[in-house]
Amino acid sequence: MRILRLAKAAVAAATIAVSASSAHAAGSGIHYESQDWSFSGIFGTIDHAAAQRGYQVYRSVCAGCHSMNLVSFRNLEGIGIPEHTIKVLASEAEIATINGDGETVMRPRLPSDRFPAPFANPQAARASNNGALPPDLSLIAKARANGPNYLYALLTGYHEPPAGMTVSEGMYYNAAFEGHQIAMAPPLSEGAVEFSDGTKATVEQMAHDITTFLMYAAEPHMDERKRTGLKVVLFLFVLTILLYFVKKKVWADLH
Amino acid sequence: MRDVNFGWAIRFVHMNGASFFFIVVYIHIFRGLYYGSYKSPREILWILGVVILLLMMATAFMGYVLPWGQMSFWGAKVITNLFSAIPLVGESVVVWLWGGFSVDNPTLNRFFALHFLLPFVIFGVVFLHIVALHKNGSNNPLGIDTKGPQDSIPFHPYYTVKDYLGLGAFMTIFAAVVFFAPDYMGHPDNYIEANPLQTPPHIVPEWYFLPFYAILRAVPDKLFGVLAMFAAIAVLFILPWLDRSPVRSMRFRPISKWFFWVLAVDAVLLGWCGANAPDDVWMGLQFVVWSRLATIYYFLHFLVIIPYLGLFERPKQPPASIAEAVLGGGTGAAAAAAAKPMEKA
Repeated sequence: MRILRLAKAAVAAATIAVSASSAHAAGSGIHYESQDWSFSGIFGTIDHAAAQRGYQVYRSVCAGCHSMNLVSFRNLEGIGIPEHTIKVLASEAEIATINGDGETVMRPRLPSDRFPAPFANPQAARASNNGALPPDLSLIAKARANGPNYLYALLTGYHEPPAGMTVSEGMYYNAAFEGHQIAMAPPLSEGAVEFSDGTKATVEQMAHDITTFLMYAAEPHMDERKRTGLKVVLFLFVLTILLYFVKKKVWADLH
Repeated sequence: MRDVNFGWAIRFVHMNGASFFFIVVYIHIFRGLYYGSYKSPREILWILGVVILLLMMATAFMGYVLPWGQMSFWGAKVITNLFSAIPLVGESVVVWLWGGFSVDNPTLNRFFALHFLLPFVIFGVVFLHIVALHKNGSNNPLGIDTKGPQDSIPFHPYYTVKDYLGLGAFMTIFAAVVFFAPDYMGHPDNYIEANPLQTPPHIVPEWYFLPFYAILRAVPDKLFGVLAMFAAIAVLFILPWLDRSPVRSMRFRPISKWFFWVLAVDAVLLGWCGANAPDDVWMGLQFVVWSRLATIYYFLHFLVIIPYLGLFERPKQPPASIAEAVLGGGTGAAAAAAAKPMEKA
């Protein structure tokens, strides 16, 4: 009886939780095909090779318009890029600093510095992008419902508009975007980058890799979180079973 | 979050901890409703509990503003603007709350301070809640008074060990969510930085406010919507005097028992309405219609059904004592048991 009542309460709580989150996920009503991600599930981890390729795509394609203001070069260690390479990658972009004489001078970036932003401020970004503001990509994989699948669908969603639909000047048709008109020109084209590991740079491959990188950037500690979680949950699970028997033993003294 | 050692763990435990606090508190409240724990002589205990709920809501709301994401900002805008519904002084009150003419840095600063302060107030009221509990002791699933030592067992070791078990089960579920689905109960829009110039298409609060949000939106008039929302909690304060039934536990109230579960379903329905856009259609009706129906039932339940059933329902006969119910058998067994305490020697 008691177990039954607890179960009822748990079901009620779970219903509220599910209704809340599924409503959050609802929105445009566009269906995003689920892709095969290395990081999905409780055992899933970031595929380092894919994330490194994704960084290459970001650096040579996306970074022209999109900032990643929360991400530092040192974060690249987490996808297996060696320290000396990171130093070189960081030093290729300069950053303003103040020298001993109080003058503003440029110095090469260090691994502890953030990624450089393509525009000095949002106004400059809008001015060079036909009035549209390219969003910062640091958290983009978590800032959209069904993030990774949405990003993949968006990057591979450029098609000819369906018959009867007119796309405004300076806009592009995209099947995954809300309203189907997006200001971003198709960013990926076959062979836009050359991967050093020999992977063929198809649009699908690049969309997959950049999404893996963006998921890593949105939560650099995801792998550590899941690894820790496994130990914590297993420990608590065993502890709870033991506590159940302790409780049974103590309560056996009652009528 | 990303630059502090274990910042991710602190953030996710804190964020989901708020949600889980509400989960256990809502279970606790519904249990109190089922077993009639609000009734005489425990009215003060119940009222202090409702005060804690209100304080928790204020604390959770202010905490949700602090990450300064889109939902933080627009949630703060919606909730603080509720006070503008107050006649005459409303607009001035809102400016006073904001510390300016819009939700901005001064608002964030004071919410941060209050989010730190209010938990200590909650702690104080929890202390009073326990003092009030010790005045009359706990209620029980039978809803009858204890009549002597044969009716109760010592808190230690029985309840300490049982609470360890409950704590273990709770922590296991909590840890699973924190480590494997930390963003499950959150909204993706809150990972976008607050932007006063861009309103999100749907502003929704955290899940634990959704039923109240639905009540707010169900009423077409702003002032009465706000009043209805606050009344939804205020009605809990007078519940001990709305329910006139001498029997506490729903176990012995065959009709009220069913209405209890209708109320539980109604609360979930209100939550579901709060989570969806009012114009969307669900099972043939717009959500705004659903939330109106559910809101009407909510108040009907407390203001009509409970007082009516309290007077006219024919309850079953509760057992004479807890010892009798536990040990079973007729009066003979009970009489024998009355002589000795619950514990085996």
